[in-house]
Amino acid sequence: MHLTLEFGGGLELLLEKSTKVHKVDVQPRDGEDKATMKGLLSWVKSNLIKERPEMFIKDDSVRPGVLVLINDCDWELCGGLDAELEDKDVVVFISTLHGG
Amino acid sequence: MDGGGGRGRELERLRAEREELDARIRLLESEIETGSAAPAGEAGGPAAGVGDGGGGACQACPGLAHADSLPADMIYRYSRHLLLPDFGVEGQRKLSRSSILVVGAGGLGSPVALYLAACGVGILGIVDGDDVELNNLHRQIIHQEAYIGRSKVKSAADTCRAINSSIKVVEHHHTLKPSNALEVVRKYDIVVDATDNLPTRYMISDCCVLLNKPLISGAALGLEGQLTVYHHNGSPCYRCLFPNPPPVAACQRCSDSGVLGVVPGVIGCLQALEAIKVATDIGEPLSGRMLLFDALSARIRIVKIRGSSPVCTICAENSVFTQEDFQKFDYEAFTQSPMSDKSTLSLNLLPESARITCTEYKRLIDKGEPHVLLDVRPAHHFQIVSLSRSLNIPLSVLEEKLPMLETSMKETMDASAASDKQPSLYVVCRRGNDSQSAVQLLREKGFHSAKDIVGGLQSWAQDVDPDFPAY
Ligand SMILES: [Zn+2]
Ligand SMILES: [Zn+2]
Repeated sequence: MHLTLEFGGGLELLLEKSTKVHKVDVQPRDGEDKATMKGLLSWVKSNLIKERPEMFIKDDSVRPGVLVLINDCDWELCGGLDAELEDKDVVVFISTLHGG
Repeated sequence: MDGGGGRGRELERLRAEREELDARIRLLESEIETGSAAPAGEAGGPAAGVGDGGGGACQACPGLAHADSLPADMIYRYSRHLLLPDFGVEGQRKLSRSSILVVGAGGLGSPVALYLAACGVGILGIVDGDDVELNNLHRQIIHQEAYIGRSKVKSAADTCRAINSSIKVVEHHHTLKPSNALEVVRKYDIVVDATDNLPTRYMISDCCVLLNKPLISGAALGLEGQLTVYHHNGSPCYRCLFPNPPPVAACQRCSDSGVLGVVPGVIGCLQALEAIKVATDIGEPLSGRMLLFDALSARIRIVKIRGSSPVCTICAENSVFTQEDFQKFDYEAFTQSPMSDKSTLSLNLLPESARITCTEYKRLIDKGEPHVLLDVRPAHHFQIVSLSRSLNIPLSVLEEKLPMLETSMKETMDASAASDKQPSLYVVCRRGNDSQSAVQLLREKGFHSAKDIVGGLQSWAQDVDPDFPAY
């Protein structure tokens, strides 16, 4: 399943060469017929995050201060960790900014 | 609560109008006394009476015009607004009757205040406790060099008045805190969050929920910006979105990470726009949506966010959070970060024996003690300015680049007279926190002579070399 993952608000600093946009191919986890956000988070943690994973994940979800958007919609409106992903979905992880 | 705020505003507005009338009376009186020519033929006395007698509407007070038209000077000044079919006289009138508080006169607050003053809001409040500094001017475009060292609020208010003398600008010369926020925010219809730190953002949001004010919230850092309207038309409050604060290490600040000046400028302009839309009830404000701006790739993404949460501790219907709770709430403890972009929490990771002050280090240089000076700042910091003969290995890659340090230590040892003794190793960074972490790591890895220079380059500039450029 092809997904586009985007990282912003400083989260990109945790990835190889601070790359913001990643086109990836993710398979559903064993025993599941569809990929879920929960599965995607652990996939991202083991395949994309290069340093300080605690700046991305906390207790199986994203750490406080990170917004997750599935196709430009807050994941809280799509089922959160249980949200099911479709081919060509765009998932954005963005850390909230508070500078000015 | 809301009704009280409404009456408070009414009172504020009436007082402002009275002040303006008093000022005009004083002006006319002094003109009569000095016998100077009266403007607009008004002082000619009642005999002149040009059809204006009955209604009492008058050229003398633009705030109290005829029921259905704007005063002449407003029509001319705002003519390009009035020509907009979607905005028109009604929009301009609503704007002139609105009061908006801008919290923060910095990178975001500058364009917000400039545009709100220019566009003719009735009352513009500005709150900030800081003074103007030279390193503000690249982005805080409301301030000028002549105001360096003076209050940001005074500077911003003077600029706003210079642009538009017909609006009322209110100066709040202090930092917004739980103890004073309710009292200040209560006087306004709309609040713009143009601050630079996390605890203040939670505080402003809570305050706006308690007083039921829409909150136009913007943020910018580096090359990115974010914008949304909280607590308006069913949109969430800051706590609905972020019930728990992020870890301190995830909390970047402009004074550490940098910011391209125009980025807060873009977000601030959009905040002014949203404030105008909310004040005039025109269009669709960004409530329930968030705008994400990425300057580098020139992309703007507008996303749908959750609504007000039924379990939010602040804005949910069954919330028990009161104004008294608010005044006692410790936002700095809640977020583990200071209510200022500038103040730094100083770490204290090392024993005294593993530290040395800048003045002591200066003495060692003057004595010619053989040593290695390791600078653990990121490479782009090192390029800004560095101490002479320092070796740059950023903290993030220190562990993998230890061989580089070993080589440098060996060279120093070979070059010195007492070539059997390991040379001293001093570690410096910008403010003296990273250098402590580095010394911890180095001592674990066998560099037992490693010592941290207390307070980093900032202390060096302060205590040893006043000409050393601060940044
Ligand atoms: Zn809420
Ligand atoms: Zn911060």
